[in-house]
Amino acid sequence: MTIGIVVFPGSNCDRDLRWALEGCLGQPTRFLWHEERDLSGVEAVLLPGGFSYGDYLRCGAIARFAPILQEVHRFASEGGPVLGICNGFQVLTEMGLLPGALTRNRDLHFRCETAALEVRPGCCGWLQGYSEGATIGLPIAHGEGRYQVETSTLHRLMDRGQVVLRYRDNPNGSVGDVAGLCNETGNVLGLMPHPERACDPALGGLDGRALLASLGRG
Amino acid sequence: MGGSAPWAAWPLASPLARPTSSRSARAGRAHVPTGCEDWEVAVRLVPLFRARVQVSLRPSVLDPAGEAARAAAARLGVAGIQRLRIGKAIEVELDAPDRAMAQQQLELLSDRLLANPVIEDWTLDVAEAPEPA
Repeated sequence: MTIGIVVFPGSNCDRDLRWALEGCLGQPTRFLWHEERDLSGVEAVLLPGGFSYGDYLRCGAIARFAPILQEVHRFASEGGPVLGICNGFQVLTEMGLLPGALTRNRDLHFRCETAALEVRPGCCGWLQGYSEGATIGLPIAHGEGRYQVETSTLHRLMDRGQVVLRYRDNPNGSVGDVAGLCNETGNVLGLMPHPERACDPALGGLDGRALLASLGRG
Repeated sequence: MGGSAPWAAWPLASPLARPTSSRSARAGRAHVPTGCEDWEVAVRLVPLFRARVQVSLRPSVLDPAGEAARAAAARLGVAGIQRLRIGKAIEVELDAPDRAMAQQQLELLSDRLLANPVIEDWTLDVAEAPEPA
């Protein structure tokens, strides 16, 4: 199966993702330039970290109008697996595939460290390789990762088990300690931490492998 | 397609974004033939509107940058600031056949691109630009 990695002007984790998938997990990938519209042969779509279109206006605000994302929206609506990491998570919220928005970190600092996360996979297809309630460590690297949503929506997300990743020690002020969210059907996941940076033993952690390897299990 | 509301307003797919007559917004700008650049050509087929969109964080959303600026204001010696919130102002010039259409287009722009209603509020001021002299 081929995994599509969307490349926006300003993406900077697209090659890390390719290395994690191809180099570490043996999964073929294909870069999808933002102006393309062809997802044929692609069985999952990843939106990488970085600063799409310079993050002008708001993070992900301009990326949302990229031609490729019209196709990604359709793909996700038909149940196709879509994963947004960091800037990709911001894009998913701007697209309306996930609720809420990501805003400036509470303390204004760019946080670059390993974050301890509680995993609640529920029905999220991307997280079936983790056990319920497990704690994992994944790198974070963001200045605008404070998840923001109305309280009533947050409660609904929690009731439905869509808050699948939570910070053990909230680094950015996210409401509900939200680090990652999935949609109701479990095929779309957005998260601020970087699983692709925890797939290679050389980087000192392997907790991201089960997430990206979920694609190989069909 | 739950939660597809923002997508439904995709500007390119929206009837609002299409010219309503055969004269597109672009055609509103007078064409200046090559060699005639120095001529004073001031023909407009459709009026030009100037707008200012003010985007501010919703009151319930924390504004850490505003808090930092407030702390710096105190260091500057400006005391007594009770509230300081950072937003943005966007200036737009737009060709449109009439004011109602200009207003409609600018509201779409503000609501779907310039501001994210999940975290931001926006206000819009529209004025017809005066005829060039």
